[in-house]
Amino acid sequence: MADVFIVGIGIHPFGRTDRLSGLQQGAFAIREALKDAGLEWADMQFGFGGSDSSGNADTMINEMGLTGIPIINVRNGCATGGSSLIGAWQGIASGQFDLGVAFGFDKHPRGAFNAMPSEYSLPDWYGEAGMMVTTQFFAMKLQRYMAHHGISHETLGRVAQKAFDNGVHAPHAWRRSPVDLDTILNSQMISDPLTKYMFCSPAEGGVALILASAKKARELGRADIRIKAAVTRTRPPGSFEVFSPSLSIERGGAPTLLASAAAFEMAGIGPEDIDVAQLQDTESGAEIMHMAENGFCKDGEQEEWLAEGWSRIDGKLPINTDGGCLACGEPIGASGLRQVYENAVQLRGAGGGRQAPGTPRTAYTHVYGAPGISGVTILER
Amino acid sequence: MGQTIDIAEGLFVDSPIPALVGGRHRDTGQIMFPCPTGNALYEPVTLPSRGTLWSWTVQRYRPKTPPYAGPEEFTPFALGYVELPGAVIVEAPFVDVDFDDLRIGMEMETVLAPLNVDAQGRTIRTFAFAPVRED
Repeated sequence: MADVFIVGIGIHPFGRTDRLSGLQQGAFAIREALKDAGLEWADMQFGFGGSDSSGNADTMINEMGLTGIPIINVRNGCATGGSSLIGAWQGIASGQFDLGVAFGFDKHPRGAFNAMPSEYSLPDWYGEAGMMVTTQFFAMKLQRYMAHHGISHETLGRVAQKAFDNGVHAPHAWRRSPVDLDTILNSQMISDPLTKYMFCSPAEGGVALILASAKKARELGRADIRIKAAVTRTRPPGSFEVFSPSLSIERGGAPTLLASAAAFEMAGIGPEDIDVAQLQDTESGAEIMHMAENGFCKDGEQEEWLAEGWSRIDGKLPINTDGGCLACGEPIGASGLRQVYENAVQLRGAGGGRQAPGTPRTAYTHVYGAPGISGVTILER
Repeated sequence: MGQTIDIAEGLFVDSPIPALVGGRHRDTGQIMFPCPTGNALYEPVTLPSRGTLWSWTVQRYRPKTPPYAGPEEFTPFALGYVELPGAVIVEAPFVDVDFDDLRIGMEMETVLAPLNVDAQGRTIRTFAFAPVRED
C-alpha cells in the first residue's frame, strides 16, 4: 500500500465540558488538527468519523462548513476510532484522495454504563439477577488471570499509580494529580479485586487526525509520521467477553491476539521493535493482561515489569504515556484516536514532562471492548 | 407462606436435586446455557449439579434498576462462573458463602434461592451456586 502520513493532530481535553456537545468537542479537535497541519476545512477531501452516543459524525458539516465532501459515519463500539482511521487510511492509500480527516467524539452520562439485556440479545432474567454489570466481567477475567499467573493486588495499584503520574503531564487528561499507592489500594472496593481508583470512568472528548498522501505530506513539510498498520478484529470461538451467561469448556483465543498478530505482520516488525505503547486500560488489570496479549511480555512477567518500573515513562517500554483511560476517562468514540494522537505527540518528541526518552521511532496502540472487538495501530517515524 | 414463582421458565429443575437446564447442539454436542429458545438445533439437557469455581467477584454496590430486580435494601453478593464438568461454564450469583473463603477450583453446587418478593407478594426464585458442604 502507498504510504499515508499523519500531518495534523487535534484533541479536545477529555473529562467533563458541560457547555459543549460531543459533536462540538469533535469540531474543536478538527479545528486544532487543521491548525496543526496548516490547513483549512475546505482542504479536506473526505472524512471518516464516529461516536457511540453523541450522534452521527456526518452532521459535523454543520459545525465545520458545507463543502460537499463525503463523510462516512462509523459506529463500531470501542473500535470506532480505529475503524475511522482505517477508512481514512485506505481512502488515501488507494490513491482516491490526498487529504482527509479521521475523527471521533463522545459524551456519556455520569456513572457506570447502564446496559439492558435486550440490547445484547440476552434474556431479561440475566439483568434482573444482577449480572448485567460490566465491572463484574473485568473483575472476573482478572481474578482468574491473577490466580493463574501470580499477579498481586499491589501490581494492580502500581498500574493506576503510573497512570495518574503520567496524566499530570498530559494537558488533555481528565485526572491530573498523582494518587499514592496506599490510597489506590485502600480506596472503595468496587468489584473484587478492583478498587475505585483502578477503574476508568465514562467521559467526554474529541480527537481528530489529518491524513495525507506522501506527495501532499511533503508539500506540507510533514512527511514524518507514517501509518504502518491499522487493523480491527472480532472475537474468535472460546474467548471470554462481557455479558456471557455461559462459556464453552473449550477455551479459545482473544480478539486482541488476532488484531495484534495481524498488525505486526502488516508492519513487518515485532513487539521487541516497539518504542512506546498505548494499551486499553479500562481498569488496571486490563493493562496487565493486554501487555501479554499484545506480545510485550509473557503471562506473569508483569509482576516484575511493574515492580521495576519498566512501563513507566523512563522504562524500557513506556505504556500509556498520557495516563490512558484511567487518567483520561473513556469517551468511546474518541478513545482509540486519543491513543494515536498521543503516539504522534511522542514520535514528534513533543510530550514535554511525559515524553518518552530516546526519540521513539515506533509507536503502538490497542483498544478492546464489547462485545469482543479489538483494534491495533502501529505508527513509525 | 406466599406463592413462589421462577425468574424464568426452562432455566432449572428442582428435583431430584436442583440443576440447570442447558441446550446441547444436536450436531456438535456443544452445550450452552440457557438453552436457546425457538432453535431446533438445540435440545434441552439437564446439567451436572456440581462443579468447580472458575472465577468470581463481589458486587459491592447495588446494580442499577432496571434491569436489576433484587431488594431495594442492598447487601453485597458474590457471583462468578462455575465449570460444570464435561458440560459448560455457567455464570450465577453465589449464596451461603463467606467472601474470604472463595478460591478458584473449590467445589460448588447448584441451588435455588429467593431473589426478591414481587408486587403481588410472590417470592421470585432464581438459581445460584453455593459451596458444597460435606456434612
